[in-house]
Amino acid sequence: MFILGYKLPAMSSLILWALLWEAIGRLELTFFVPAFSTVIMTLIELVQTKVFQKALSETAYAFSVGIGASVLIGIPTGILMGKSRLLDEMLLPWVNIFISAPLTALVPVLMVLFGFGTKTIIITTALFAIWIIILNARAGVMQINRSLVEMARSFGAGPFTAFYKIYFWAALPEILGGVRIGVIRAVKGVIIGQLLVSIVGFGALFELYSSNFLMAHFWAVLLVLFTLAFAIAEFLSFLERKVAFYATKR
Amino acid sequence: MAISQTSAQPLASTADIAVSVRNISKKYNQTEALRNLSLDFPKGELTSLLGPSGCGKTTLLKIIAGLLDANSGTVQVGGQTISGPGPDRAFVFQDFALMPWANVIRNVAFGLELRGIAKSEREAIAEKYIASVGLTGFEKSFPHELSGGMRQRVGLARALSVNAQVLLLDEPFSAVDEQTRRKFQEDLLALVQNESKTFIFVTHSIEEAVYVSDQIAILLPRPSRVSEIIRPSSFRGKSVDNIRRDPEYLDIVDQIWASLRSYVE
Repeated sequence: MFILGYKLPAMSSLILWALLWEAIGRLELTFFVPAFSTVIMTLIELVQTKVFQKALSETAYAFSVGIGASVLIGIPTGILMGKSRLLDEMLLPWVNIFISAPLTALVPVLMVLFGFGTKTIIITTALFAIWIIILNARAGVMQINRSLVEMARSFGAGPFTAFYKIYFWAALPEILGGVRIGVIRAVKGVIIGQLLVSIVGFGALFELYSSNFLMAHFWAVLLVLFTLAFAIAEFLSFLERKVAFYATKR
Repeated sequence: MAISQTSAQPLASTADIAVSVRNISKKYNQTEALRNLSLDFPKGELTSLLGPSGCGKTTLLKIIAGLLDANSGTVQVGGQTISGPGPDRAFVFQDFALMPWANVIRNVAFGLELRGIAKSEREAIAEKYIASVGLTGFEKSFPHELSGGMRQRVGLARALSVNAQVLLLDEPFSAVDEQTRRKFQEDLLALVQNESKTFIFVTHSIEEAVYVSDQIAILLPRPSRVSEIIRPSSFRGKSVDNIRRDPEYLDIVDQIWASLRSYVE
């Protein structure tokens, strides 16, 4: 965007919103919104504490294992569904049910099945992320140019070779898009898991700060979470742009 | 290839035949695409499969490639009955079928990559064929940076680099512009002369078939059968510039049109 001939750096609109936040905080309209600068000061203090670092590592662990599992299971499942009519008919209804189901309601069931520990949080995270990853990988495979598959076969590729040399790469733009949305959903999943299953990680911090009306702390943790989720999503869309050159030409 | 049938009449000289198609039938659900089709492709020559659209010429080519299974009948390549794709055949696709995420050299070397040939070795071979199709300097380019004609050159180089005895070309020039197409046809004639390979060429252009072929098989549709085999004799040895003025060339073009006319809707 240009203002008076100067090119503004990306996301400079955030400065405006931060200023508005600061103003509302300074006016002391509500205890719920402390000034932005207060939140930032609290944030700087907070990140140095053991409590925060422990919460961060717990959350990061559950998040990355959950995402890792969804990617490792979701991508091959989606590709196989795109390739095999039979598998697609069998699995697609389930995928469609779970992608639109209120997963939060499922968490108590998971707690009965898997206990009150990190395992359940990881499974909750994966359940939030995996379905869109499957659907996107499937969509990616379904639009593959038939002759690309025939080409690989005619030059001697077996099913497994075709899988990782053709199908995966041809579907990569869609797969990355699915992983990006999956990651955003997984952030939701991990926090909901931590709030509902056992009070650990960032979930515990949210619980602690909101019940004690420590709003500056509350906003600081939320800010950290937003920033991390945003950074991961941006990194993935950067990867997406790297393959965009062939996304439209397959 | 479910049933292998013994051919009724043994070939006169098996040594001169590169690909032999015997009693092939193919059905798609209820529609009969090919019925009891037999055809021989002489070694070192270019044979065109020519016919109106829907006559099953691409189906036949894909059966020879091993990409489609026939309901009955056999295909022999170099005397061996085939049961799928093999290193003795290489395919050139109508829509090029290049991997858009791979550069030219990787695309050209892809057939060799699938055969497990070491990277340095396969890239050396690929470079040689990239040069032979006139794409030197574009090794690191990606398909979307090339014109249609250049992309098909990549497809051709890929098929040549695996050194298969039989090249199967499925309307390879139909997606390129007229001028590029003429250049391709001239290059193809040189290729047939220089490489001692057998070419099977599917086209819907009568002029193109007559221009490049040693043998033209006219297929008629529903169900497809070979109605006629034409072997041009007088102009094949002439220079590329004189072919289109040769009386025999013009006669054959007219003759083919006369027999195909009634099948064109």
